[in-house]
Amino acid sequence: MGLDFSVVPGFADALLLGVLWTIAITVAAAVLSFFGGILLAVIALYAPLLVRLPFRFFAWLFMGTPLLLQLFLIYFGLVELGIDLPAFVAGVIGLGLHFAVYNSELIQTAIVAVDRGQMEAARTLGLSRGQALVRVVIPQAVRDVIPPIGNNMIALLKDSALVSVIGVSELTLSAQLAIGRTYRPFEFYAVAAVLYYFINLGMEAVLRRIERRTQLSR
Amino acid sequence: MTETRPFVEIRHAKKSYGSLEVLKDISLTVDRGEIVAIIGPSGSGKSTLLRAINDLDPLTGGEVILDGTQVNKALPHRQYEKHINQMRQQIGMVFQHFNLFPHLTVRDNVVMAPKLLKGISEDAAQKLAEEQLAHVGMLERIDYYPSQLSGGQKQRVAIARALAMKPKLMLFDEATSALDPELVEEVNQVMKTLAQEHMTMIIVTHEMEFAADVCDRVIFMDGGVVVEEGPPSIVFQNPTQPRTRDFLRKHLSQYEKEK
Ligand SMILES: Nc1ncnc2c1ncn2[C@@H]1O[C@H](COP(=O)(O)OP(=O)(O)OP(=O)(O)O)[C@@H](O)[C@H]1O
Ligand SMILES: [Mg+2]
Repeated sequence: MGLDFSVVPGFADALLLGVLWTIAITVAAAVLSFFGGILLAVIALYAPLLVRLPFRFFAWLFMGTPLLLQLFLIYFGLVELGIDLPAFVAGVIGLGLHFAVYNSELIQTAIVAVDRGQMEAARTLGLSRGQALVRVVIPQAVRDVIPPIGNNMIALLKDSALVSVIGVSELTLSAQLAIGRTYRPFEFYAVAAVLYYFINLGMEAVLRRIERRTQLSR
Repeated sequence: MTETRPFVEIRHAKKSYGSLEVLKDISLTVDRGEIVAIIGPSGSGKSTLLRAINDLDPLTGGEVILDGTQVNKALPHRQYEKHINQMRQQIGMVFQHFNLFPHLTVRDNVVMAPKLLKGISEDAAQKLAEEQLAHVGMLERIDYYPSQLSGGQKQRVAIARALAMKPKLMLFDEATSALDPELVEEVNQVMKTLAQEHMTMIIVTHEMEFAADVCDRVIFMDGGVVVEEGPPSIVFQNPTQPRTRDFLRKHLSQYEKEK
């Protein structure tokens, strides 16, 4: 029995829809992980101990346990607490928070590395500490870690396949459904892999553009 | 009866880092419109004193009073923050390493604080940026980023940024020390213009010529105390203190060698 890719076009619509869902969940989780990462970094660096400690525990939980388990916990576990999230939302939250923790580590380091003179100059003009952080320090810190955050976002795209297990019909699940109907795993997984690769290329192009745009501002 | 108080008054300023006494009971005053140079060897406490004036390096003792208001008031934290932000809006500061905001254009460097703190309109901000940048000869670079400027240009923008808050007092901490020699003059020129406009300025500098040229008074510090002060003609030509003479001899000979 040889390979037969002719079965693929019949599922083109389903696969395309899967691609769109993958992009949607990736973008939504990326946005959450970006702003969440900034927020977590600020909490980790500046919040009082009583706030910081629970967040550190939370960060440890998200870094130290499998993402798959976290998704199960958010989607299936929270139901027991009366929180019944749609699969897509649960997926975005799980992926978004997981990568927010990783982004936060990067941003914390970058905030600390911003030249002290920047905070001083801002304070000298009369800005409060908070204003100086928001207007001066954090934008520079974020700008400095765009490349590694970009790498995290590529990892996020790849890990978005995990949300197939909670029933979000993104690319991986679409491929699996097609396989269930045709018994052609190689063909559909291979096609899915190629599609991921193209989404990846698109993401890298976007990231390069963002990096180029921040080039002058260093 | 109106009491005439000095514009800037530093009373018994003391500062220690652990057991290291950096400022040892310094008192001095600066009049409105006066231009004062602070000179002295490295480590003598010049920057520390200057940075105490806007409370960037808080004193461990003593008072700083600007135009009748104590800058380093003892207040509960929250109130103090409000007070000091208010005071700092009136005190411009220029740093050796410019500290321009690299992520903002020249325009936004100048108007970010006025927009945020004074709530001026977009139109007013544009006008303010143009006015301040024209003043330091940097109007053509309004859309540039700091990374696209020379050191001298950066420092001129930094001066415009400070002036955009319309301060009553300007502090300069070795504004030209980080510049290539050929770029010093353009910054000095801007400072001379401010002098002609009677801006009150306290200038920490290693440039004796500039101090002699521009300043009304020279303060020589050494080891955390004011050793000698007076008009440049006296301090530079006829210093009374041996320590001043020593310092000037070294500095002038160094200056000669550079030539
Ligand atoms: N944060 C600090 N912690 C400990 N010591 C400090 C600190 N800042 C300054 N000092 C010390 O205080 C003394 C005065 O420093 P300051 O920067 O005021 O000198 P300066 O006169 O401005 O010297 P320079 O001409 O080199 O700029 C120095 O001995 C310095 O080592
Ligand atoms: Mg100094």
